Amino acid sequence: MHGAMARRSLAFRRKPADGVSALVEFRDASYRIGTREILKGLTLQVEAGETLVLLGRSGSGKTTALKMVNGLLFPSAGQVLVDGTPTTAWEPVRLKRRIGYVIQDIGLFPHYTVAQNVGLVPQLENWDAPRIRARVSTLLGQVGLDPEQFAGRYPRQLSGGQRQRVGVARALAADPSVLLFDEPFGAVDPVTRLDLQKQFLALRRDLGKTSIFVTHDVREALMLASRIALLRDGALELVAPPREFLDAIGAEAQAFLACLDWKADWQ
Amino acid sequence: MNAGLAGEIGQLTIEHLTLVSIAMAIAIAIAVPAGILITRRAGWRPWVVGFANVMQTIPSLALFGFLIPVPLIGGIGKRTAVVALVLYALLPILRNTMVGILGVDAAVRESAVAMGMTGRQLLWRVEMPLAARTILAGIRVATVTTIGTATIAAAIGGGGLGVFIFRGIASVDSTQILAGAVPAACIALAADAALGWVERRWTE
Repeated sequence: MHGAMARRSLAFRRKPADGVSALVEFRDASYRIGTREILKGLTLQVEAGETLVLLGRSGSGKTTALKMVNGLLFPSAGQVLVDGTPTTAWEPVRLKRRIGYVIQDIGLFPHYTVAQNVGLVPQLENWDAPRIRARVSTLLGQVGLDPEQFAGRYPRQLSGGQRQRVGVARALAADPSVLLFDEPFGAVDPVTRLDLQKQFLALRRDLGKTSIFVTHDVREALMLASRIALLRDGALELVAPPREFLDAIGAEAQAFLACLDWKADWQ
Repeated sequence: MNAGLAGEIGQLTIEHLTLVSIAMAIAIAIAVPAGILITRRAGWRPWVVGFANVMQTIPSLALFGFLIPVPLIGGIGKRTAVVALVLYALLPILRNTMVGILGVDAAVRESAVAMGMTGRQLLWRVEMPLAARTILAGIRVATVTTIGTATIAAAIGGGGLGVFIFRGIASVDSTQILAGAVPAACIALAADAALGWVERRWTE
């Protein structure tokens, strides 16, 4: 039944513009540690400009799938293609610099200022100093931080929400073609989280970046996704745009949708 | 205190400082790279740390003695003294280098890799700066203990302020013992303060 649903959703998928192929493609990609299958034959395409949300419980394999895109992990079987080339054939450093990466713990460099953190990849790419400075200013503005005020600060002088914004700016720095988000807003308070989610939508509207976004929060998935890919125990349950996801009848989708029904819990 | 003693204190102090400086330079040149290496090769860790550990557990006078019959690095004199001091200084530097690097936040390391840093960039731009304070603390401990241990070098003809101490013990002359011990203690305190200052400057 789930398989049929997945196919139906795929059929409904908006076709990409002419000549634009999938930016990221999972081809029957599996990941195994010993005998444990963390990801089971994932087949999925991510097209230019969309935000694909990988939704699933802890241990469903969503983070593993994400890490296979920028070559932090490689599939044990199958392939992951970025721009039509398997990740195994990419030069590792080149692949990673083409892809922005934001994680929940952010991982800002504590010994670098905000400006140095954001300007790191451009610096690794040997941009000249004025160009890096200009880029950093633009980016900080785009994520809602005043460059004058924040460029010289160290990460420890920032709030959790501000750090997360810096993390996003850093991921955008070298104008990557794909952005990966691994539960980026999981560790901030709900009010700040909503702010960050709105910021994310605004950025997507302005920049039109392709994003793959991992979350276990169904509300976040519905808010941010062009399409939701639901994972369960390492297998793809269904792929659907948010509106269709709301009507999904599979058990796992229902389990997630039940999380939205706060009134039922309250009464 | 006569002029002859003052002159000898000056000369032996310089000798002592030379012994310690050479030994520390060599110890740092060995222990820091070895410490980095064992963060990359977890399998080597128990062997390398174990070796440094064993070196440190040998009583210092015995270690100097053991080295005398060893060809090339052994014998009587300064060279043997330096070798023994190096073996002593390895552990704190080695261990702190390892701990400092392994202590770098996993999220920081992961994002450095994900941003496309090469192994070398990860080491020099992220791991070493963040571990610097811990490594310096190890160097500081090693330096202070080496200054003290170097007094024993005199037992095998290595010179330094220990010459006074051994002479004082042999002739039951506490003036001679103090002439060696007081300057050695002063050097140790000065080195501790100086390296402490560097440590603070480095990270702030």
